[in-house]
Amino acid sequence: MRRYSAFAIAREATRYHTGWERAWRAPEPKKEYDVIIVGGGGHGLATAFYLGKNFGITNVAIIEKGWLGGGNTGRNTTIIRSNYLQDPSAAIYEKARSLYETMSQDLNYNVMFSPRGVIMLAQTEHEIRGYKRTAHANALQGVTTEWIEPAKVKELCPIIELKGPRFPVLGGLWQARGGTARHDAVAWGYARACSDMGMDIIQKCEVTGVEQSNGQVTGVETTKGRIGCKKLGMVVAGHSSALAEMAGFRLPMESVALQALVSEPIKPVMDVVIMANTVHGYLSQSDKGEMVIGGGTDAYNNYTQRGSFHHVEETVRALNETFPMLSRLKMLRQWGGIVDVTGDRSPIIGKTPLGGCFVNCGWGTGGFKAIPGSGWAFAETLAKGEPGELAGAFGMERFIEGRFIDESVAAGVAH
Amino acid sequence: MLLLTCPNCGIAAEETELGAGGEAHITRYGAGSADDDFETYLFMRKNARGVHFERWRHSNGCGKWFHAARCTMTLEVFGTYSAQTFEPPKDLIKKIKKKRPDWEGFVK
Ligand SMILES: Cc1cc2nc3c(=O)[nH]c(=O)nc-3n(C[C@H](O)[C@H](O)[C@H](O)COP(=O)(O)OP(=O)(O)OC[C@H]3O[C@@H](n4cnc5c(N)ncnc54)[C@H](O)[C@@H]3O)c2cc1C
Ligand SMILES: [Zn+2]
Repeated sequence: MRRYSAFAIAREATRYHTGWERAWRAPEPKKEYDVIIVGGGGHGLATAFYLGKNFGITNVAIIEKGWLGGGNTGRNTTIIRSNYLQDPSAAIYEKARSLYETMSQDLNYNVMFSPRGVIMLAQTEHEIRGYKRTAHANALQGVTTEWIEPAKVKELCPIIELKGPRFPVLGGLWQARGGTARHDAVAWGYARACSDMGMDIIQKCEVTGVEQSNGQVTGVETTKGRIGCKKLGMVVAGHSSALAEMAGFRLPMESVALQALVSEPIKPVMDVVIMANTVHGYLSQSDKGEMVIGGGTDAYNNYTQRGSFHHVEETVRALNETFPMLSRLKMLRQWGGIVDVTGDRSPIIGKTPLGGCFVNCGWGTGGFKAIPGSGWAFAETLAKGEPGELAGAFGMERFIEGRFIDESVAAGVAH
Repeated sequence: MLLLTCPNCGIAAEETELGAGGEAHITRYGAGSADDDFETYLFMRKNARGVHFERWRHSNGCGKWFHAARCTMTLEVFGTYSAQTFEPPKDLIKKIKKKRPDWEGFVK
């Protein structure tokens, strides 16, 4: 792999950019691999990357039914933060956030990580108490966050209206080292690094069946034929229940549509990320100048990758109240992704009833921020056959044990 | 927008008038039951891609619960029916089978 650098740009400029290589190979599948990862989203690709980097396992295929990052990874609003309430969550999300800081260097691929800071607005008394509690929990977990008063919110984000009629801004939870990154670049950067390690990235290939013998996984059926494997990692977000059914078990999960929209591009007006959970909207400005707005999830099971219109209406109404200057903006695009929501709003990483088959899913509305940490933890799980320290608490046996990692209370909504 | 006809009051209600109640026909287990039965009841879901039987409440209308059969891939509504039943009505199953010959049928 030729490295990207300022020198490479200069070199290519002198020869009409004819020397750039493909970022990753597009091979036909081999007969068998040590590990097959199903799902070419951020989590699947990061898992493969750390299998190679941390454990030297490179006889790996990543099988994607569409195109890389075409699932939720390329559809999300890219908020990165780690100010979760529960210890296991804070640990894995903080691991991920810290890996984001060096990801561009680690991958030699500019993922445009922008630690511009994230404010989670408190707009009710309940939220004030909740966020102060989270700030204290974060202090114990070693995650730097801070409770800030309304004046500070206004200073960080001048376009905000503090005295909205329904939901005034009462303060916020500030994580200065949170931010955003370029979602496609995260998938592409990992893919390029994986391909460079000799892994096979197989796009436009759908897994249609899971093959097993004596309770042990032996391979997968795909639209490109049978492919054997010693271990299987399912990392397919909203489609996890379908994959689990192929392997003969059920998951404590439901798939729903979450949507987002962007405005026409405008000059820079906002250099932080704002999440307003009570009114259910979150907002940041992209480098192109578009206001990127996240909305709500539909309440019913859905696989259609679009969401109900009334959610757009509710989100926009709420944001207009808190950011009145947005009311003049035209919205350009709206889209949806199918998110995998578990009973306690926390992910599932670990073993399954089928031997050799492992699952990493349930990141729901908030897994972009977790990609490197999740890949790190799941690679360890796959390599050792047992979850390590980061993944340990996230096994699906927690539902039968009643040992929840309850972020639904902490996060309230999409996160 | 999803439109469902409430079998209790006969009104064709828009989605904003309704509350979604998740998968229907789940077997309920109470105190004293086995752990895995209780887990299945509380958390395990079919999460079907395709035909899905589900509970709805006409919350901003007559307030009553009912059931619907809907496709989660296309949002097509096959029909609604009373919540006072353990399984979907035979004629509804027939109707769905006709539209979706590959459908495996109703499984609990
Ligand atoms: C609108 C929206 C906004 C969001 N905002 C944020 C945010 O601000 N911050 C944040 O942290 N998170 C956010 N999220 C959540 C985040 O996008 C996801 O948690 C994360 O991207 C999941 O990554 P993944 O790799 O697990 O899944 P995906 O990126 O969905 O990848 C799964 C892949 O599996 C493939 N697949 C499925 N079935 C098969 C099969 N049978 N065979 C082969 N391949 C298959 C799919 O095609 C897909 O590409 C948001 C999500 C949405 C939809
Ligand atoms: Zn009614």
